Formats: sequence, structure tokens, C-alpha cells
Amino acid sequence: MATRKTPQKSNTSKEELLTFYREMLLIRRFEEKAGQLYGMGLIGGFCHLYIGQEAVVVGLEAATEEGDKRITSYRDHGHMLACGMDPKGVMAELTGREGGYSKGKGGSMHMFSKEKHFYGGHGIVGAQVPIGAGLAFADKYQENGRVTFVYFGDGAANQGQVAETYNMAELWDLPVIFVIENNQYAMGTAVKRATKSPDFWERGAAFGIKGEAVDGMDVLAVKAAGEKAVAHCRAGKGPYILEIMTYRYRGHSMSDPAKYRSREEVQKIREERDAIEHVRDLLLTGKHATEDELKEIDKQIKGVVNEAAEFAKESPEPALDELWTDIYADTAPQNA
Amino acid sequence: MATEILMPALSPTMEEGTLAKWLVKEGDTVSAGDILAEIETDKATMEFEAVDEGTLGKILVPAGTDGVKVNTPIAVLVEDGEDAEAAASAAKAPAPASAATDSTPAPAPATPKAAAPAPEPDVPEGTEMKSTTVREALRDAMAEEMRRDGTVFLMGEEVAEYQGAYKISQGLLDEFGSKRVIDTPITEHGFAGLGVGAAFGGLRPIVEFMTFNFAMQAMDQIVNSAAKTLYMSGGQMGCPMVFRGPNGAAARVAAQHSQDYAAWYAHIPGLKVVQPYSAADAKGLLKTAIRDPNPVIFLENEILYGRSFDVPVLEDFTLPFGKARIWREGTDVTIVSFGIGMTYALEAAEALAKDGISAEVIDLRTLRPLDTATVIESVKKTNRCVTVEEGFPVCSIGNHISAVLMQEAFDWLDAPVINCTGKDVPMPYAANLEKLALVTTKEVIDAAKSVTYR
Repeated sequence: MATRKTPQKSNTSKEELLTFYREMLLIRRFEEKAGQLYGMGLIGGFCHLYIGQEAVVVGLEAATEEGDKRITSYRDHGHMLACGMDPKGVMAELTGREGGYSKGKGGSMHMFSKEKHFYGGHGIVGAQVPIGAGLAFADKYQENGRVTFVYFGDGAANQGQVAETYNMAELWDLPVIFVIENNQYAMGTAVKRATKSPDFWERGAAFGIKGEAVDGMDVLAVKAAGEKAVAHCRAGKGPYILEIMTYRYRGHSMSDPAKYRSREEVQKIREERDAIEHVRDLLLTGKHATEDELKEIDKQIKGVVNEAAEFAKESPEPALDELWTDIYADTAPQNA
Repeated sequence: MATEILMPALSPTMEEGTLAKWLVKEGDTVSAGDILAEIETDKATMEFEAVDEGTLGKILVPAGTDGVKVNTPIAVLVEDGEDAEAAASAAKAPAPASAATDSTPAPAPATPKAAAPAPEPDVPEGTEMKSTTVREALRDAMAEEMRRDGTVFLMGEEVAEYQGAYKISQGLLDEFGSKRVIDTPITEHGFAGLGVGAAFGGLRPIVEFMTFNFAMQAMDQIVNSAAKTLYMSGGQMGCPMVFRGPNGAAARVAAQHSQDYAAWYAHIPGLKVVQPYSAADAKGLLKTAIRDPNPVIFLENEILYGRSFDVPVLEDFTLPFGKARIWREGTDVTIVSFGIGMTYALEAAEALAKDGISAEVIDLRTLRPLDTATVIESVKKTNRCVTVEEGFPVCSIGNHISAVLMQEAFDWLDAPVINCTGKDVPMPYAANLEKLALVTTKEVIDAAKSVTYR
């Protein structure tokens, strides 16, 4: 992992640091609660937590404008919270309830919000990459000046369709930012066991796409890189690749005991590199906030998450006739 | 010794072509590799090169002749001192040779005209009809919809500058420009996914696969992304787009290029699946497909592209999905088919009529939604059913129809339903084996006789 650079203090403010703190903490507390509900049997199936990677989406969302789009894989809860989706709707989808973003029919891996320009939530590794380029294609076609953020992991980076998409995105100068969230492990396979070309962002050069690696545990560095990439896209210069070096503290999914790495490795990063602690330090050492003020924020966030969990438990299961709706946009199911 | 130069086959499905232009004249010396003529197939104008050396003794088929069958002698090459006239008269070149002398174009029509369907209520009575190839009908449908809606665009391999690998998109680049008619790299998985994203983003893509065999590379995006997202998003995010292209066996292109995917796509909830036979249906259903708010799989057939049918001359001719067409009414047996299977079904019905068996022929037209009601109603009248398709036999459309009939019309059936399908083998290359692997008219006739106990 890249070492942390000293953030340029001139590029931030008290308000921004507090916002980052709040948003990252919301994701972490939300994910901890999701893990708890999973353990209680209230959330089923696959559930991939984002704990450790919070600075990636929070930093990049700070570089977006209204109308910009985002799309990601199945490790998607953080992205949804960061783009402003309601924690209640996300949590209720995790519990498979009517109040969820997909009325309980999508689950953890498949959620969408047209209103927040969040295009999923895709369960097939790498499939969101050409789809994201297609969103950017639509923006360019409609000449609306929007940019699309396509998030995928170091595992997906080895998929053939990623290379196919790089080629078309550069060929057609699509306004798309490819965000590789390199959390070091594709499920249980460490990057170095999956490729001899581990600097994923450099692969863009084969297609003529510019890019860079970014310290993903430093939210300010992420934001700065995001702004640079957005400027590149909005200037009509085509796609840009950001390889964001990050780390997930939990297993690949809830059922992963993570035996492929040592407890010490995880512990060391938590202690030395944690993105939330980083911002907390900046707030305290810069005298932007007191311990008490931060405690108050922690309390508020806990309240929001508890409220979401309550909603997700109380929201009813979808009505049985929901089984047969939303298969076609216009007609009833087969043989209408 | 004189050598006959024969009309060449310049594509797997070419049966005849137009001798557009001779680039050599009688008396010229010709070397191997020299370009002799330009020949127009239904797909492209091709240059035709000499293989042998000699002097062009006689041109047997003049420039501008239409409908010249493959393997017809079109010229004679003679050696030095050989008599050109004698060599020419020795050449067995009956019809086109006479055209050469009186310069009248050969009378054969460019494409055989298929049988007209029984009158049915798709168009108002008295509507003017125009003979149109399936190829032109598909192009017209896309052009009309692109004029109507600025969000409709076409993307695929060779759709723009090349004018379509099978000439379906001919002229579209000129009319709509490179923003809306887009050549892609050869990257099916990628551009299918990109099309899905464009549909999520508010456009109405038409994604052309050069053939549906190549769509296998894109299957994940079609099934997992296009078909399922509306459901997975609780109705928020639909995917209004068309995946289209030729499907099924062409001719002599062997196992990897000769598969009928009708049953595969018809299996998937969330997709709509169309497989037209006639040009009118191709046009009316493709227009409907482009307007449909769901992902539509539109399965064409290379062999049908060049066939002509009457297409109604109407300002805006669309056809609804889920409505089969009764091509021929009958009382003794129901023959159910779709796409190119209709060719065998209709030929069989014609032959059966001569044997006193009256067959009702139903073209399903769309496989999802599937008009089982029309099939059931017909079977209640005929009490017997034969299905016809080119796809593999296991889990075929015919299997599904058999199951539906068993559940819904069991008491009306006087014989087991027979499914005529392609054989359960990868498509062989050898001409004789290929013929055996495909469903045949005779198999349909035999099946009909079997269920009618004749």
C-alpha cells in the first residue's frame, strides 16, 4: 500500500473534514450493524461489507456534481450511503423488506436509485464496467456534461470485459472514471497471486487511458484525485483510471473467515492507516473539533443507524403478488 | 482446350447474383488473378478474379443480367488458335447464353417469392402491398424508428461504413450519421454491456450481433444485466433495447456458426423474444421491438434475408407481440412453427393438401410472449399437432408447446404431438451431412401423416 502523503491543508476546511468524518462514520457504523443483523439471521444470502474502504467513496463523492452517475459491484452499501441514499431503504433491502430500495427483490447486491443516479449494485464480477461505460455513452450522446464513476475491485480488473471497455471508452472519448478499489484481495486471492502486472492503473496505457494510483486511506488525497479525473472527463478528454489503494477489514463476505491473511496484517492497517482515525486526528490536532463534539457526532450517527435497523426490522415482507411484478415494464409475465 | 468460367458463389447462402459489369472483353488475354467482372450478391458487389489463363473467347452472360444462378457458365476461356464460337456452342449455357445474343435480361426474378399468407387482420382491407425483401423490411423498420425517436441508435460490428455484414443497415450511416450508427470493435461482451448501460442511461439502443452465435460471448450481459435489472430494482431501472441479428443455420458454415438460440432466450423471464418469418412481420415486429420498454431478442435468419414478401404500404406499420399468425387454415392437423421453420411447414402443408390432408399452419412470430391460445384453439379443431423448428430437440420450443397442449388440450388430442427439429448433433460441414442435420420438409410431411394415421 502506498504510504500516506501529508494532506495539503489549504485544500480542505473544517466543514469539509467534519462532513468526511460524518459520512465515513455512517458507512462504518451502518456496516457494523448490517454484520450484526446478519448474525441474527435478519439478513440472508451474501453480504459484503465495506468496512475499511470508506474513504474511497466519500472522497470521490466530494468530487461529483448533481447528475453525475455511479455504478459498482456487490460491495455496494458504502456507495449508496455516500451518494445520499436513505440508510433506512438500504437496510430494509438487506433484510428483504417492502421498504427496501428494490422492494426486497434485489437484496444486498442489487440496489438502484434513479433519483440519486446510482445504477447498482451488480452481482457478476466486472459486469458493471461496460454498463458504466454505456451510462457515459448515453451522457455523451445527450451532451449533458455528466460524468460516470465506475467502481470495481482488483479482482474484476482481470476480467476480459474490463479490457474491452477500456478500449471502447478511449476510442469514443467517453466521460467515465474507472475506479479500481484495490483492497489487495480478490475474495481470498492476493493480487500478486492473480497477476504479474499488479499496477492495475498502468494497464490503461495499453489503450491510451491516463490514470494514477491514489492512497485510499486518505480521503483528502482521494478527493483531490477525483477532482483531477472529473476535470479530465468534463473537458472531453475521455476516460481516466484511478487505482485507489485501500483495504477491507472484514472477510470477502460474511461467510469468509479470511484465513488467507494474518490477523496481524489487518490489525496493523487498522491501527496505522485507518481513514476515519486519520480525519479524526486532523480535526483534533487542527483544533477544528473537540473530543466532545466528535462524541456528539458519533451519537448522532449511531442514532441514524439504529433507526435504519429498526425500520428494516419492522418494514413488512413484500406482498406475495410482488413475485409477479416488475418482470416486464409494460405487460404481465409470460403469456399475458 | 476451352475452359468454362462459371458464375461463382460469393457467400455461404448465395444462390444467384447479378453480373454487374465485365472488366474484360472478348479477345483479351487473361492471366490468373486478373479481375474479370463485378458481381452483385444480395449482400455486396464483389470482384471476380480469373483462376485460369487464356484468351477470353466468348462472353455468355452480358453485363447487367440479373438472377444468374451459381455455376451457370458466364464466359469461355480459349487457348491460342482455338475457335471461340465452337467452344462457346459446346458450353452448356442455355438460358443466359440466349440473353447474351439478344441482350434481353434473363427473366428469372431476383428472389423467389414466398407463398402469400391467408388473409388476416394485421392490416386494413385494401391496403396497398409492396414486394419487399426481409433485408429491406428490417432496414426500413430501423430507419423509420430512428426518424421517429432521436434516442434510438444502432451499434455493432460493420453496421456503419461497411453498411452491415449482411447489408441490413444499408444507407443508415448516410442518413443518420456516425453518432447514431456506430461501428464497434469486435468485442461482443463489451458492447452488449455498453448497450445495456446506454439503455439504463435513457437511450434506446439496437445492438446488432453479426450473428447470434457471437452473442454467446455476451450472454451474461443479456441475461444477468438486461433481463433481470427491472426486477432486481423493484421496477426502477428498465432496459429498453433490442439485440438483433441472424440466428440459426446459414449454409455450410458448420457447428460454431449454425445454431438456433430461440429456446435459450425464450427460457428467460424479463426478455421478449421475436423470430419473424415474413418481411411484413420482420418490419412490423422490429418497429414494435424498438418501442418496447423491455429488452427484446430479435432473431433473424440469413437465408430469409433475400426472400421477398408483400409488405403493407402504411405510414406506421407495427404488429403486436404475442399474437401468432395463421398462414393457412386447415382441419386435419395443426403445424406450428416460426422463423425459417415456416418454410418447411408451408411446403409440407402444400404437399399434404395434394394427399388430401388439410393442414393448418401457425406462425408463432413471437416466442415470449407465446400465443398458446391460438395453438390450443387450432388443436381443438384439428386434434393433432406437429411442431417445426431448426433448433436442437432437447428443451426445444416444440417441447414446450407439447407440454402446454398436454395440460390445456389433452382431451382434444387424438395423437401424440410430434416435434420436428434439427438433429441432436453439432452442425456438420459436409453438404450431405448438413442436409441430414437440418429439419426437412419430408420429416414434417411424415410427422403429419403419422399423427393423422395415414
